[in-house]
Formats: sequence, structure tokens, C-alpha cells
Amino acid sequence: MSPEQLLSYIPLIPAAGALVIPFFASRPNARETVTLATAGLLFLAILSLLSQFMAGARPEVTLWQVTPILSISFRLEPLGMLFACVASTLWIVNSVYSIGYMRGHDEPRQTPFYVCFAVALAATMALAFAANLFTMFIFYELLTLSTFPLVSHSRTPEAMRGARVYLIMLVGSSLLLFFPAILLTYGLAGTLEFTQGGILAGKTEGAVMGILLGLYAFGIGKAGLMPGHFWLPAAMVAPTPVSALLHAVAVVKAGVFCILKVVVYVFGIDTLHQSGQGEWLIYAASFTIIAASLVAMMQDNLKKRLAYSTVSQLSYIILAAALATSASILGGGLQIAMHAAGKITLFFCAGAIYVMAHKTEISDMTGLGRKMPWTFAAFLVGALSIIGLPPLGGAWAKWWIAMGAIDSGHAMILGVLIVSSLLNVVYLLPIPFKAFFLPAPRLQSVGAAGVELPDGLERKYWMVVVPPCLTAALCVVLFFQVDRILALLAPIVSQ
Amino acid sequence: MSAAPGFELGHHLPALQVVVPLIGAVICAMLRNGTLAWGWALIVSVLTAAISTMLFVAVQAGGTISYGLGGWAPPYGIEYRVDLLSAFILLIVSWAGAIIMVYARQSVMHEIDAGKRAWYYCMYLLCLTGLLGIAITGDAFNAFVFMEVSSLSMYTLIAMGKNRRALLSSYQYLIMGTIGATFYVIGVGILFTLTGSLNFVDIAERLVTMQMERPAIAAITFLTVGISLKLALFPLHSWLPNAYAYAPSVTTSFLAGTATKVAIYLLMRIFFSTFGEAKVFEILPTTTILVLLSVSAMIGASLVAVFQDDVKRVLAYSSVAQVGYITLGIALANDLGLTSALVHIFNHALMKTALFLAVGAVFLRIGSVRLHDLDGIGPKMPVTMAAFALAGFALIGTPGTAGFVSKYYLAAAVIDKGWWGLVFVIAASSLIAVFYVGRLLEAIWFRAPGALAQKASDPPLSMLLPIVGLSLAVIWFGVDTRLTVDVAHNIATMLLGGVK
Repeated sequence: MSPEQLLSYIPLIPAAGALVIPFFASRPNARETVTLATAGLLFLAILSLLSQFMAGARPEVTLWQVTPILSISFRLEPLGMLFACVASTLWIVNSVYSIGYMRGHDEPRQTPFYVCFAVALAATMALAFAANLFTMFIFYELLTLSTFPLVSHSRTPEAMRGARVYLIMLVGSSLLLFFPAILLTYGLAGTLEFTQGGILAGKTEGAVMGILLGLYAFGIGKAGLMPGHFWLPAAMVAPTPVSALLHAVAVVKAGVFCILKVVVYVFGIDTLHQSGQGEWLIYAASFTIIAASLVAMMQDNLKKRLAYSTVSQLSYIILAAALATSASILGGGLQIAMHAAGKITLFFCAGAIYVMAHKTEISDMTGLGRKMPWTFAAFLVGALSIIGLPPLGGAWAKWWIAMGAIDSGHAMILGVLIVSSLLNVVYLLPIPFKAFFLPAPRLQSVGAAGVELPDGLERKYWMVVVPPCLTAALCVVLFFQVDRILALLAPIVSQ
Repeated sequence: MSAAPGFELGHHLPALQVVVPLIGAVICAMLRNGTLAWGWALIVSVLTAAISTMLFVAVQAGGTISYGLGGWAPPYGIEYRVDLLSAFILLIVSWAGAIIMVYARQSVMHEIDAGKRAWYYCMYLLCLTGLLGIAITGDAFNAFVFMEVSSLSMYTLIAMGKNRRALLSSYQYLIMGTIGATFYVIGVGILFTLTGSLNFVDIAERLVTMQMERPAIAAITFLTVGISLKLALFPLHSWLPNAYAYAPSVTTSFLAGTATKVAIYLLMRIFFSTFGEAKVFEILPTTTILVLLSVSAMIGASLVAVFQDDVKRVLAYSSVAQVGYITLGIALANDLGLTSALVHIFNHALMKTALFLAVGAVFLRIGSVRLHDLDGIGPKMPVTMAAFALAGFALIGTPGTAGFVSKYYLAAAVIDKGWWGLVFVIAASSLIAVFYVGRLLEAIWFRAPGALAQKASDPPLSMLLPIVGLSLAVIWFGVDTRLTVDVAHNIATMLLGGVK
């Protein structure tokens, strides 16, 4: 197929999957086969697109000219290609994991769950390919709406509260800030198309650009810049596969992806860098990196701790965008992929622990490592990647962002990066260490009344154990294959 | 058909537009059987819709049609004048009338006493006649007559609700509506004294040569306030929530889709075709007043909607808010503003009718529209409630639905004027809409079904089809904006270039 055709059909693959899944509602095995087949097909299509992209294809399609100014258009560029690759690869792993989790846990309403998941992926793909701000905005909203039923999946009052916070904060920020930002951009630049080198060069001066950057940075609430981050911990009421793929990969990465794209293709790296208007965002992002890590340390609920860790890690990408140098933008792009692989591993492990041992609090996990060695080993690898130690993928992202900080003359940012890594060590590593090296408490806490966990849990629930091991392995692979990702991203920064 | 020589039916479409439903109403009253009356009313309303479509096509192809009623040449006789604006409104009103009529049979059987059903359809057709009359006539006093025809029959349509509070709300509406009509006719009287004419075009021509003196200012004030009552401009909207909430479902849908829209049409006619925007917006502080009131409606009424427990009241307050969007577009008095107002007249008619029809289907099944009783009803009547959700998304202004198109143009119009603050007002109002629509959808789709909701199911096909059709149209007109935006843009150009 020509790259143009691929580009326009790819978002339709998960959408078609979403249409087919309900027909197999009464036959779970067939239904899950549809999900897996859709995920596989999507992955193959993305691979095929990737090979054509690396050969130099830059397809562009306009699907629908809404008004003379607005159009739904797709255009393939490096960031979108990378984001699509990450999301589609992890969807396959996640689908296997979802099946294990949803069945292992006897969740109700599984059919709508898989349908909404597929719709969310369709929105993610379309978002990755967006050729202009209008297209981006539409699929950004669709992603929010399609994930609402997933977050509120359990329908308990607590879940509904969390889901309401999720919806209102994301829709609210996008309506009140993101949407006006798009209009303002149009007012200034007279176009909404993403263009290499930006569309605002020479169109505006000083403060207006700073304000516009603020509207985008806070309006794209999915990026979780403090103080607009509350929705992410609230969304942890979702089943773990949702937290894993959506709140470590698709949704949050959609946020930072949008910010990167806006900085690169709307502001233009050079324009933003020379104007100096990104300065405040450097500090806002640095604050979020440190503050969210500190909050994470205080969380005993594992998923909440991971959520705050995500908030912190996302701001690395916002920081990279604000620094606006070639190296930092590459680092931001790398972080999208590296953090996705690392964090999804951690979430998978959290869900696996929940399915096998019904534990959600970190303090209850002491000594569990001997019963579930693979799970905690995967957790350790994922944690090390988040911290940024070689030979794991996360190391490269931090390296390039640090290079960017030096290039732009913000050496003190190195301090932020170091402190943050130390904080990561403090709040992530004790979890696997305590699980492996401390004995299980003899007197169990009241809630977890002294039931001894049986052996062979990981064999029984292999569907939730294999996926984190795979993604942990991916973290290692990414370290050694980083040059390929850099080759993919290089065209963004070469003029 | 044997026609008299020289008589061609096509030439008389403007007269037929009003005469067909009028005679239809009379015949309807003579059919004592409810089902028979429904069948007849359906034929008449579809025929009316067909006529309006033909008129629309004719006007688009050949420009404004002027029709001297009874052979009296305007401005001495009553002129029916179909320009693109009239044709557009006629199209909306008559199609809303026809689509709701398809739906009406089952709902009316459920909600109206057997002996009154034929009367109900008679009143429905009369109301349709009045509304179409307002939109088609070129004569200010004739518009008043039609306004009374539509209003009186609308009061009856509301009062026929089984809920006894329907009587009271109908009475409230009658008082307010009569005050509105009186203000309007006083305004027309002053204009007549001033210019010696009742024909909109003729008045406009005569006003051009005159200074904007006090009588003219008084006239426009009376006309504006009178019509604002009819279109439920905040804070003159107090009649609307009760009327919407306690009227029979069919009445509510018809009222929401057509009555306020026709009043807005009349306001545009007075502002732009009769006085001209130069006079209305430059000599008087109309812009300031209208913008302030529209903004209050968009924010205030939306906030009130969040706290209603009756689904019909939520939608009613939302209507007040949505009228604010339209009047804001009018107040901007620029090309984009008028385009957005006209597009929103169309889109809002579409989505609000769909929403009220869906609520009517709920009432048919469970006999209640209290939010609490709708808990978990979504999976029980999936098609209806999916349509409800689509139309609800449009109300918020979700991209890909018709609601987004109107809001986008309104935002563009505001920016065109350089009033950035209003962009945030529009966004904030949409955000409040997320709250009130979200509350409904959460109850409907995400709660455990209550006792009443357990026994619900999708309504019969004759009710389901209009609901589904309209909600698909909401998507269609969010995707294909050729009909709405292009026509609205042409009308806006015409109105702004109207009076020199």
C-alpha cells in the first residue's frame, strides 16, 4: 500500500476493531481474538509505514475539509511516527495483559472495556498523525471522552468521583486554555498547519509568545504540568491495564507529545529559544519534576506512587521542550519511548501483584518477592530504567536532556536532573528490595489476615507476568538500539 | 389537475405555505378520531415541509420571491416575501413540524386524553401556521397576527399536559407572551405613525431618509423588548423552564425546535432588514446590552441547568443559555457573528429537538423524567440513549458534531471583533455544559438501574426513527457544513448589505 493509504487507514484499524468486538460479546475467547488480531494488524501496518518512512516517504492526506480554514489532515513526521510505534507496540503486550487481568479478576463489563480501549487507540493514532492544530484538538478530545468509561469502569462511587475529576480537569483545561490558544495562534499566524521551523516566527513578540506558551502548557492538561496534574492520581481508580497503557503511555504521552509538537512545529525551536519566553516553563517543569517526586515518596498505594512518578517523568519532556535546543528535543522524543516502556512495566507489575496477592499498598508487599520473583525482577528493571541507569533505555533520554540543558546554558538544570534521579531511587528501589530481601511479616496486618500465599502463582497467572517481563526486556533492547530512534527523530532538528 | 388558464401552482407556493396547514387545521378539528387526525396532520405537515423545500430551492436559484396576497400590490396589500432568511427559517420550522409529527402518535396517545387528541393535532397545525406565517410575511402587523395565532395555540398545546402544573405554566406563558406581543404591536404602531407603512421593506426605505428621532428609538425599544420576551432572552426567560417542563413531550419538542427560533428570526428582520445595523448598533447601546444579556444567559442559565433535578428543566435552562449564543452572534453584527447565529438556530433546533424527543420516549416508558429515575436507563433503552448522548455531546460543542460548528464560528466572530475576553466566556459556558450534560449521561449510562428504569425499553419504531434520524443529522451537519454554513453566510451578507 502507498504510504498515503496506510496513513489514512491506520486509525481505522482499531476503530474497525471497536465495531466488531460487540458482536462477540457472548463469546469471550473470540472477542479477545478480535482485540489481539486488531492489535497485531495495527502493529504490522505501523511497521510497514515505518519502513517507508525511513526510506524517506512523508505522506500527507486531507480526509475532510471542514471549512476553508479547518481540515482533518494527517501528515507523517518523526515525532508522530515514534509515538505511533510506541503506542501500537505496547498495545499488543497490553492486550495480552488485559485478558489476564480482566479474567483473573473476574471484572464485569468486559466487552465495553475492549471497545473503549480500541476507540482510545484509534484516537491516539489519529492524534499522532495530526497535520494541524485542529485535527490534534479533535482527537485529543476524543481520547479524553473514550477513556472516561475506562476510568469509571468499576462504577463504584469512588471510581465515579475519580472519573469525574479526570473528565472535568481534562476537558476544562482544554476548553479554557487549549482552545483559546489555538484561536490565538490562528489570529497571530493565520494558519494552523504544523510546519517545520514553526509558524510563529516573526509573527509575534515577547510577552504574547510567553502567554501563548502558557496557554498550551497548561491547556494540554494531559501532560500533567503542576498544578494541573490532579486528574492523573484520580484516574488511578481505573483497572490496572487502563492505568498501564493509557496513563503511562497513550493518554499522558499524548499530552507531552502535543506539547513537543507545538513547540517544534508551531513555535519553532529556534524562535522559542531566541525569544527567551520558554524560560519560565523550564522552572515550572523543574518544579513539577522535584515536587511530584516528593509527593510520590509519601504514597503508600503503589498505583498512586507510580502516578506521581509519571507526573514527574512527564515534566522531563516539558522541560526538554522548554529548553528548545536540538539535543533537548531529541531527549524529549527519547523520553516518550523510554519512559513508556519503563512505566508500563511498573504498572503491569502493580496489577500482577494485585491479581495474584490482592495487595495494593506498598507496606503490604514486604517479602512477596520470593513468591513472585519474575514480577519483582521486572519491576526492578523498569525502576532502574526510570531512574536512568545504563544499560536501560531511560539513561539515554536523561543524557540528551542534560546535553540540551548545557547547550542552552542552564547548567543548574543538571542539578534538578540529579536530585530527581536520587529521589527516584528513594521511592522506587525499596519496593523490590523489601520484597526480595526482607522476610514476610510473621503477624500479618489485620486486613491481610495471615493467609499464606500458595506457590506457583506466577505459573497460574502467566498472562499478567509475561507482559511485564517482555516490556522489561524492551527497556534493555531500547538502550542498545537507541541509534535507530535517534535516526528516526533526527529530521526534526536538522533544518 | 385541472388548473385555470394562467394559474400555475408554483407561483402560489408562498400562499400555500401558510394556507395548507391553516386549512389542514380546520379539517383536523372536524376529524374526531385521534389516529385519523394524526394521519391527516402528518400528511399536511409533510406537504408543508415539501412546500418549504421547494421555496428554499426556488429562492436559492432565483432570488427573493415577492407575493402580493389577494392580488394587492405591496406595499398597499399584505406582501409575502421569501428571501433566503425567510426560506431558511421556513425550512427549519416546517421540517421540525413534520419530523415531530411522525413521532407524535404514540406519545400523544400516552399523554393526551382520547377525546382531546384531534384538538391537539388541530392546535399543532395552527401553531405551525402561525410560526410559518411570521417567517414568511413581509408585513409588520401581519406578523403580529401570526404571532398571536402561534402563541394562542401554543398555550393550548402546553395546557393539555396531564400534569396539573401544565395549566399554571401555560398561564405564566400566556401573561408573558401577551406582554411581549403587546410591546411588539405598540412598536409597530409607532412605526406606522412615523412612516405610514407596515411593510418591512417599505418602512426601511422610508426610515432611510429620516433622522433617528425619539419615536423611532421608542419603536425599536418596544419591538426589541417584545420580541426578546418571545425568544426568552435572559432575564425575560422566566416563562420558558416551566412551559418546557410541564408541557406534553411533543409540545416541548416542537416549542424548543421552532418557537424561539422564529422569534429570533423576527428580531433579525427588525434589526437588519428594517432599521439596518447602522442605526440599531451605532445610535443605541444595543451591542453592549445584548452582549451583557447574552453572556449572562450563557453563564447564568447554564449554571442553573447544572442544579436541576428534572431532565426537561435541565434542557430548558440549557435552551436559555443556547439562545444566548445566538443573540451574542446577532450582537456582534458582523459577517461571522450572523453566520454563527444562523447556523446555531439550525443546529440548536436539531439537537434540542432530538434531546426532547428522547426524553419524551423515556416518559412514555417510565412515566417520569426526574434525573434520579433515569439512573442506569442507558442499557435498557440503548438506541434512544445513544442518540441522546450524541445530541448531548453536540450541546457541549464536541468537535465532529453540529454544536462545534456553531461555536467555532461564534468564537471566530468574537476574535474578528477583537473581543478576546468573550472567547473565554464561550469556553466557560461550554465547560458548564460539560457539567450538566455529563450529569445526565453519568446517571443514564453509569449508574445501576433503579426500579423504574428496570422495565424500560426502546420506544416503538415511529418514535425511534425521528430520534435516531435527528441525532445522526447532528453528526452529519457537524461533518458536512455546506448546507448550513454556506446558506448562513449568504444570508449574513444579505442582511448586512440590506439597508443603505
